[in-house]
Amino acid sequence: MEDYILEMKNITKLYPGVKALDNVNLKVQRGEIHALVGENGAGKSTLMNVLSGTIPYGQYTGDIVYNGEICKFNNIHDSEKLGIVIIHQELALIPEMTIAENMFLGNERKNKFGKINWNETYQQASENMKRVGLKEQSSVLIKDIGTGKQQLVEIAKALSKNVKLLILDEPTSSLNEEDSQMLLDMLIGFKNEGMTAIIITHKLNEVAYVADKITVVRDGSTIETMDNADHNIDEERIIKGMVGRELSNRYPEREHHISEEVLFEAKNWTVYHPIYTEKRIVNNVSFKVHKGEIVGFSGLQGAGRTEMAMSLFGKSYGSHISGQEFINGKEVHLKDVRDAIDNGLAYATEDRKTNGLILSDTIAKNTTMARMEKIANKQGIIDIAKENKIAEDYAKAMKTKTPSVQQNVGNLSGGNQQKVLLSKWMFAEPNVLFLDEPSRGIDVGAKYEIYCIMNDMVKEGKTVVMISSELPELLGMCDRIYIMNEGNIVGEMDAKDATQEKIMSAILSSKDKGGSI
Amino acid sequence: MRSVVKKYTMVLALVVVFLFFTALTGGKLLLAQNISNLLLQNAYVLIMACGMLLCILTGGNVDLSVGATLCLSAALAAKSLEAGMNPMLAVLIAIGAALVIGVIQGYLVGYVHIPPFICTLAGMFLYRGLARVVLDSKTISISNEKFLNLFTSYIMFPGEKMKHCTSALIIGIIIAALIAVLMIGNRAKKVKQGYQAESFAFMIAKLIIIDALIIIYSWKLSQYKGIPVMLLWILVIVLIFAFITSSTVFGRYFYAVGGNEKATKLSGIDPRRVYFWAYFLMSILAGLSGLLVAARIGSVDGNMGNTYEMDAIASCFIGGASAYGGSGSVSGIMVGAILLGVINQGMSIYGLPDQWQYVVKGLVLIIAVVFDVVSNKKAGKS
Repeated sequence: MEDYILEMKNITKLYPGVKALDNVNLKVQRGEIHALVGENGAGKSTLMNVLSGTIPYGQYTGDIVYNGEICKFNNIHDSEKLGIVIIHQELALIPEMTIAENMFLGNERKNKFGKINWNETYQQASENMKRVGLKEQSSVLIKDIGTGKQQLVEIAKALSKNVKLLILDEPTSSLNEEDSQMLLDMLIGFKNEGMTAIIITHKLNEVAYVADKITVVRDGSTIETMDNADHNIDEERIIKGMVGRELSNRYPEREHHISEEVLFEAKNWTVYHPIYTEKRIVNNVSFKVHKGEIVGFSGLQGAGRTEMAMSLFGKSYGSHISGQEFINGKEVHLKDVRDAIDNGLAYATEDRKTNGLILSDTIAKNTTMARMEKIANKQGIIDIAKENKIAEDYAKAMKTKTPSVQQNVGNLSGGNQQKVLLSKWMFAEPNVLFLDEPSRGIDVGAKYEIYCIMNDMVKEGKTVVMISSELPELLGMCDRIYIMNEGNIVGEMDAKDATQEKIMSAILSSKDKGGSI
Repeated sequence: MRSVVKKYTMVLALVVVFLFFTALTGGKLLLAQNISNLLLQNAYVLIMACGMLLCILTGGNVDLSVGATLCLSAALAAKSLEAGMNPMLAVLIAIGAALVIGVIQGYLVGYVHIPPFICTLAGMFLYRGLARVVLDSKTISISNEKFLNLFTSYIMFPGEKMKHCTSALIIGIIIAALIAVLMIGNRAKKVKQGYQAESFAFMIAKLIIIDALIIIYSWKLSQYKGIPVMLLWILVIVLIFAFITSSTVFGRYFYAVGGNEKATKLSGIDPRRVYFWAYFLMSILAGLSGLLVAARIGSVDGNMGNTYEMDAIASCFIGGASAYGGSGSVSGIMVGAILLGVINQGMSIYGLPDQWQYVVKGLVLIIAVVFDVVSNKKAGKS
């Protein structure tokens, strides 16, 4: 007799223009550890947001059956009341508060007049901490303990809520090997005490080690559920499930005219974290890009690709940056972003809303922002007619759908915003364009148009460096692919020879070695 | 039609408020003297609102120290004049002090990343205290004719009488004609180059209203002493700032930083410089306003400029500057400042007790900002 603690039936979630979840079915047995695997953007996190009530009942279709009853969660409190607790990848702890305060945030130990009982708070916090093996005082501030221990505090916090079903989203992504192992063993311990857990992770060795069942999510659908009772599943088998889609002609044809000339080169590039300055984010990376070439950077989230690109772009990320940067064979020392733009670099961010565009400004103003001197005279007076004309030309060339370039960028769809972001950097006339996740969150049609724009750029003898977490996109667009993991380049292959399996196993085999940081 | 109403809501509000107070005061608001004084009495608001707009654009930040800066600059000028200094030198000393304050505050806010609220709150106490030190806690009156003339005289052509300064009317008509030529020319150019332009009828209607206002205003001025020099000071400052914010790369930076600082930085613009200039220019304008107010009142005491910062801030928000930064225009905040001025003057003439004047001002401010936030939400902006 199978005892399911949770069944999610035919869950469908639509976002404007995107089907994030398409008829998903997931069954979790009581007392098991169930792993959800899939590429970035496959829909794992969305599914867990539906389960935890972050996406409230009514905004999705389908049923959540928990302990045999259909649940309609309106918010995260509703699900927590029933013992479903989610721990997100980005920890939700407040650095300036103590461990105990964080643990009972929103769930304070108080009397009926709202007075907090601090003795009880610290006492209970200590008990919960003991269960997860934390030896700190519960009055220590969160900012004074490491990331690994913060993760344990999150788990202790979940325990304080009387958790029955624990959901962990990438719990080990910021932990080192030792802490990861400890965390996984702790999960197994809780399982033996009867707790159920769902774990989302990219690390397949961990999946094999800890999970009893593995469900593969791909393109918003659950593909299959594999049994892993004896914990020796073949990782290749999981990878096949994760990436097993056919490549049709979703990528425009391109004639490859790659010259021998190296347009951009980085040598021994090393970058440290801007705040935790002892933490190395990019480690001794060297690569080169030829004229007319599209070069891809593959890797998991947190591999250091964005940080590498931004630090190369006029030191806009990181501290203690060392290494050499060459443009057209000449070494350059870019002191800031202005300098980088003037030297023909451009970086189109992965996060267009936060780092790329001014949503409250018009398309025209956003388009010219990175090189305003091109539309102004020597005294800095802007020729507004010229600016509008240029913005209209770009909107036409990019097929941006908008009634006019006086429209605020915030009113456009994601795909059209992305086109404005590209317009902005095309207008800056770079020779080397770093594109960070250029197709994130946009529909298939807009993707195709953005690929065409990339092809046009390299046809003019420029180069594009594309950072993408979507393997098919890299294989479809790039001439050459570098593979990064944990700050290192761990592989380089011609797109002709590369397959998704090869790239995945390059990443994973470097992981098994424990990385080299 | 609806978009037109929305765009000119504050102008309509100004018209309604003006008519209301005209009726309430039995037409006294329309007397030549009152019309002339309306702008002069609020000169400091109009000028400081320009600087305050820059601060607010960078992200809803304000400068609380301007009232105190104004007092310090005025105190220095008065003290220098009292000591028998050349009036030009006194002006330079006063503006110089504002300049130093501007550099300090600009540097602290921009490069040391002190939150503007705290930095300027400290400045508010500091400069107010220094001003009282300079004044030795006394009131100093200003009697230097040259100094007073620089700010408070009226432009009169030889042979003109106080009550009939036809020159004011003539200049008003010339300006009205110039604006007509400019507006028609601009639209023609737009149409010729194939850009979107407002309809001809709409433009003519707008033009007629603007020109009529200018001519009526100058006619009123001609009946009361003519064109005040202070009006020229106001116009110069306002026009310069309107031009900077609407048509220059430098002005665009303030909007960019307030709209999205991270994106601005990644576009090669240094936000630190932008903050510096906002607070630097603000202090200079406060210093200049100190001279205007000192000359108008004719004396300086340690309480001068109290809560003037609030008038400047309120004008900006009533005039449609976003409380989150990134949007707002000089023309908008001028409407806001004048609206506030009309309310102030109307209430004074009507004789509303001081305490109720505060109540009304507060209500106007909160209604304007709520309106702005709610209507932006409906328009889908974040």
